[in-house]
Amino acid sequence: MNYLYFLYIEFLTKHHIPKLFGDITFYFIPFCIIAAALIIAVLVLVLAERKLLGFFTQRKGPNRVGVWGVLQTVADAFKLLCKENITPTHADRFLFNLAPIILFIPVMTVLGIIPYSSEFTFVNTSTNVILYLILAAFPVLSIFLAGWASNNKYSLLGAMRSISQVLSYELPIAFVILSVAVLSSSLNLTGITLAQFSKWGLAGWFIFPCILGFIIMFICILAELNRCPFDLPEAESELICGYNTEYSGMRFALFYLGEYAMMFANSMFMAILFLGGYLSPFGKYLFNSSFLIYFEQAFWLFLKAGFIIFIMIWIRATLPRLAAFDLLKFSWSVLLPLSIVNLFVAVILKMGGIV
Amino acid sequence: MTITKLKLNLGPQHPSTHGVLRLILELDGEKILSCEPDVGYLHRGMEKMAEQMTYIQYLPTVDRIDYLAGCFYSELLCRIVEQALEVELSDKVRVIRVMLLELNRIASHLLWTGSFLMDLGATSPFFYTFREREMILRYFEKLTGQRMMYNYFVFGGVRKDIDCLDDVQEIIDILPEKIDDYEKIITDNPIFLKRTEGKGILDKETALNYAITGVNLRASGVDLDFRNIDYLYKGFDFRTIVLEEKDSWARYKARIMEMRESCNIIHQALEYLKMTPALEQRLINPLNLKLPAGDYFAQIEAPRGLAGCFVCSDGSDKPYRLKWRTGSYYSVNLLRKLLVGEYLNDAIAIAGSLDFILPEVDK
Repeated sequence: MNYLYFLYIEFLTKHHIPKLFGDITFYFIPFCIIAAALIIAVLVLVLAERKLLGFFTQRKGPNRVGVWGVLQTVADAFKLLCKENITPTHADRFLFNLAPIILFIPVMTVLGIIPYSSEFTFVNTSTNVILYLILAAFPVLSIFLAGWASNNKYSLLGAMRSISQVLSYELPIAFVILSVAVLSSSLNLTGITLAQFSKWGLAGWFIFPCILGFIIMFICILAELNRCPFDLPEAESELICGYNTEYSGMRFALFYLGEYAMMFANSMFMAILFLGGYLSPFGKYLFNSSFLIYFEQAFWLFLKAGFIIFIMIWIRATLPRLAAFDLLKFSWSVLLPLSIVNLFVAVILKMGGIV
Repeated sequence: MTITKLKLNLGPQHPSTHGVLRLILELDGEKILSCEPDVGYLHRGMEKMAEQMTYIQYLPTVDRIDYLAGCFYSELLCRIVEQALEVELSDKVRVIRVMLLELNRIASHLLWTGSFLMDLGATSPFFYTFREREMILRYFEKLTGQRMMYNYFVFGGVRKDIDCLDDVQEIIDILPEKIDDYEKIITDNPIFLKRTEGKGILDKETALNYAITGVNLRASGVDLDFRNIDYLYKGFDFRTIVLEEKDSWARYKARIMEMRESCNIIHQALEYLKMTPALEQRLINPLNLKLPAGDYFAQIEAPRGLAGCFVCSDGSDKPYRLKWRTGSYYSVNLLRKLLVGEYLNDAIAIAGSLDFILPEVDK
């Protein structure tokens, strides 16, 4: 980031703009980039999901708007923008409007703390893993507000389910992250990435000592994202649309956007923790120029995240939904003990000097 | 501590009530304390309508009673008329009717398999079962010109001779493999087992007291299949599927097994039809058709339980009173008992496993 800051200031001084202006505006640039990148990423992600679901169920998926249906999600987003925002009569207007906005804050921030390449982290604190842990659980507040403020029984039930779900799936995630932190002796995402570097490429990745942790984390992230088979809070066949039943137009679009952006952020996070983040799987980079390497690093990160997203979509196409009771039982009686076992394994490996 | 009850109106517009069923639920958290089914949102007056129509005018409308298995209801009305006028069907007509009824039964069960899994939250099997159902509907379209409301059976026979038998052969060649595929993705899936095994247990006494028939009854361990005493099915060799598990899983498994059995029946019908010469039939003249005064009743094993038709004739060309007996009506009534004490998401799965559709309930 210092490198980018340096470039930016140099650019400004060349055009005789005071350094103070650069100091202030520099911190707005990441937000603009994130906002733009986020919308594009979500549009691509939704299209990819619909296409893949189509292929899984032997359909073509969207194929009318644009070549191969590529503009379908753009058209959908445009349609949502044009729609009327309806507020139910007896809803709590203030909280009802606040909920989608609250969802969006952690989503934007999470994307800011991820190291896309060795020089490209917008907010690089020494403990940004902890920051991630807090921000990833944040959307549940918005879901709760939405469910509560809508004055709809289905929304309320959806919010209720969502809270119990996130509460019980946060704990295993914390233990898994702890084991990764032990292995890498770092709470910084860049530090964790660099700890996975080895001459033989993917041999250094933490997925190998922590395969159990990887699986636990994957399951928990599915639950946190309310994705199939843990999509109880928005179970269509039971609760119609769950917490966002009453939302329409732009507000619904924000929920949708937040959900998919969170999916993107979480899978990148998993890629960083277990799949070596932006490191190349071959041990050395394909490009030699330092500038192109940044893009190559980002490419590897997106590829790994894309792989995780693909598995998520695959699971969605295959599995039925769990029952609410089984879901809680599964977390407390299976995932939590296993994640503690995983932590012990990580500690033993670290003390033995194997990793 | 006082329990605050949450009153929830599930329906009439809701994604998983299979039409326009309204369930008035009282919830404690997500646990159901009481359930009151409210029907009648799709009432079209099928029974009253019959009193103003001649028999041939009424015949095309009866497919709409159960739009997923229309054949069964036109068969019933034809059977009433044939019974009253004491007309014997030729063997070929009988076999044609059996073949189409069984094809229709498979189509109906396929749709149920998809929608049941949809209720459980799995979306893909819906498309897979629709793919196979499409083959059957295409065949019906080729034969009768209609995909769902066939109007193919007429008094004393069928509208025209059967053709495109190769299509049927293809269907029953492919279908068992496809059913194997469904079983691979569904039957042994641990989540599916968790959602269905031991859920919605319907014991023998309750089932009989609530007049449940069809697959739901046979999955509760009662050996009762009206095809065994049906004159249409005389000479066909088939097995009655009876399972002892009594739960949602048994109802699913019974339907899957019944589809295989129906393939078996169609196979036998095909062998016969390929050998026999072109159809010769003496149809009953539908114009000025009058049933002798008296009461008539006909019944058949439909996909959703016993379907019956009662006609009271006063000797005129219109029925004096006509009454339908449909399986779904009794399944919906059963929800009152079966859902109490269950959690909301299990309740949806249990209701789905009973396979009711609302046009059949409301008539």
